[in-house]
Amino acid sequence: MSELRALLGEWRANAEKVLPPWWSKGLAVVLLVIGVILPFLTGASSGFLNGTIVAVAYAVMSLGLNVVVGMAGLLDLGYVAFYALGAYCVGWLGSSFFFGVRVHAGASPAAGRLIGIHLNFVLILVAAVLVCALAGMIIGLPTLRLRGDYIAIVTLAFGEIIGVLAINGQSIGVGGGMTLTAGNLGISAVDPPYFPGSGAFSLLDLRPWYWLIFGILLIVLFVNLRVRDSRLGRAWVALREDETAAVSMGIPLVKTKLLAYATGAAFGGMAGAFFGAYYTEVNAGQFAFGFSIFILAMVIVGGIGSVWGALAGGLLLGYINNYLIPDVFNNLPQAFGLHFQLTTVTYGIFGFLLVLVMIVRPQGLFPERRRKLEMTGEVAALDAELGAEPEGPAA
Amino acid sequence: MNTTTITPSPPATAARPAAALAALRRYVGRWGLIAALLALPVYYAVSDLANGYQAGVLAGHPVIHHDLSRLGFNFAEGLSDGAIWALIAIGYTLVYGIIELINFAHGDVFMIGSFTAVGMWSVLGLSLTTSVLGVVGGLIVSLIIAMLTTGILNVLIEKVAYKPLRGAPKLAPLITAIGFSFILQNVGLLWRGGSPKSVTDLIGAQKVVTTIWGIPIQRGYLLAWVVTIPLVIALTIFITSTRAGKAMRATAQDPEAARLMGINVNNTISLAFLLGGLLAGAAGLIYAVYETQVWYFQGFRAGLFAFTAAVMGGIGNVRGAVLGGLIIGIIQSLSDERIGPQWTEAIVFAYLIGIMVLRPTGLLGEETREAG
Repeated sequence: MSELRALLGEWRANAEKVLPPWWSKGLAVVLLVIGVILPFLTGASSGFLNGTIVAVAYAVMSLGLNVVVGMAGLLDLGYVAFYALGAYCVGWLGSSFFFGVRVHAGASPAAGRLIGIHLNFVLILVAAVLVCALAGMIIGLPTLRLRGDYIAIVTLAFGEIIGVLAINGQSIGVGGGMTLTAGNLGISAVDPPYFPGSGAFSLLDLRPWYWLIFGILLIVLFVNLRVRDSRLGRAWVALREDETAAVSMGIPLVKTKLLAYATGAAFGGMAGAFFGAYYTEVNAGQFAFGFSIFILAMVIVGGIGSVWGALAGGLLLGYINNYLIPDVFNNLPQAFGLHFQLTTVTYGIFGFLLVLVMIVRPQGLFPERRRKLEMTGEVAALDAELGAEPEGPAA
Repeated sequence: MNTTTITPSPPATAARPAAALAALRRYVGRWGLIAALLALPVYYAVSDLANGYQAGVLAGHPVIHHDLSRLGFNFAEGLSDGAIWALIAIGYTLVYGIIELINFAHGDVFMIGSFTAVGMWSVLGLSLTTSVLGVVGGLIVSLIIAMLTTGILNVLIEKVAYKPLRGAPKLAPLITAIGFSFILQNVGLLWRGGSPKSVTDLIGAQKVVTTIWGIPIQRGYLLAWVVTIPLVIALTIFITSTRAGKAMRATAQDPEAARLMGINVNNTISLAFLLGGLLAGAAGLIYAVYETQVWYFQGFRAGLFAFTAAVMGGIGNVRGAVLGGLIIGIIQSLSDERIGPQWTEAIVFAYLIGIMVLRPTGLLGEETREAG
């Protein structure tokens, strides 16, 4: 194992000698171009493109959860709450669900003739970000005095309460015979996103959807990278590593933690709003606890705290969930004479992945440097290395 | 508190409002939780006495009673629901007391216990036509098998998922615990399918044995108490009076010192998992007999309720877990019968959050590193 690691290190050192210094930026540009032209390589409504759209949206959520769990070290098991709130923002502000009112702002001409609230998707996105950031802070408040796994339980409880509210919301009146949610019936006929010039998106041509979520991903990725290296990002890491020490060095505990919750929640809300529009329905049944763990598995498989890891984990598990398990390997158990389909045990597979990653490679696939050392207990080795070579690369 | 005697006067004046605030917080912490717990029963007691409730229909007219029988019924049902939560909560509290891990898979171990018990009934051929003696004997056999299965399962999970991570950051075993929870759920899903399955109502769980002060006591309640009370007494005796129990308490206080005193810490941890698993198996059997249905997802809700119970009682404290379990049972039955079962989960979780905010140490607990 260590020999392999040494070999890899040697390769990387050689590669850095051969490649020009701007190779990582060049790689980023290449990936960006591939990302933009990807829809042209496949059919306009192919299953692969659908899988990609969902995987990219999961990656957005994974990046959001990574802020809370990875950077700030607050294990959030109720992330599905922000998926729900983001999706309900679309349901509330972009459909005829609130039939007693007529509010229109930037809606498509078709939606402009309907009753209910119809806002432009960009406005809905902003609303989702604000609502979720606020909800994130409210959920964060009771956890401020708690540490570790108690935070996990409180966030889980909040996630479940939001789920119960979503299901029972059809019996909560908001006046005029309207209800808060449509429960398991779902708020359906959600407006597709509409931009002047593009027309309303349709599910027959998935490419605009892809570019929309890809754009959201780029924004979220950019914010993630900038925040990670900012004063705030370093404050999160400091709180994660040693709360007492960080606070005594003057880091404002309440503000820093709440900002972590708010940031993570806002990203989750963006992805949630996208899902609400993409699935054209907001159904309370979507918001189960398993989803929170699914997103958590992305962060962990990718590498807790690592931005690129969260991105990779989100895409990887997104593809596994939406392409490999249902389309490619679904009938695998039958091949072994077992009478079930692989989609039945999707969550079991992700549970197994969590256990496997934690035991075999706890730092994840693309670990953040600091976290990797912590997880593999090589801090002493790093100290020696840093002593010999003070200008180590920034993590 | 030493700081107030050491620091000179200027900081002390600044500290006075802070000290007052801390005192207020302690006060609210202690009494706020108790007030919150009493809120539901007191409200319904007053409402039943003042406004009355409909006890039935006689000749087309609703019969209105002004007494506490309905509340008593809620309590009786709550205490038997709570017996199940108490047994599971002990498993959480034992494990947390020793290795400070929320054993997330514990609720699903309980679910496997239910499934094993129900599986044993068909192996033993128990049915509605079996004689009373046969049912009692069959239930005892399936109780023992279910307890052994879950006990051993819990120990195995500890060996596979938690032991390799001793010394890793505390997040790591919690995540493997979540992973195992999902694995067990899927085992249950493949075993008995995705929807709740009703099982043979072996003892006629809903039949009323006797009525005390207008409170109907059902057979299911008696079963829950008859199984739970001896088990809890046996566990308490084990922990307080045996060498192994003493070792457990020592390890819970200070694993390092316990190891230096010659206690095999690894075995002690396994023992905690074994005991927790045994009790979860017993809870599984009670649940199957009492609810007359089993479901692969039952462990999730049960696990969270029981965890809430353990936290409410003061995690790490066995008596606290039992007390918490019974309280959660009563809250659940009040909410089920009076507010609506679809809200019960939200209400219990709201209590969980309330405890975390007001008094993370619980009713009988001491300060822990997590909650301090």
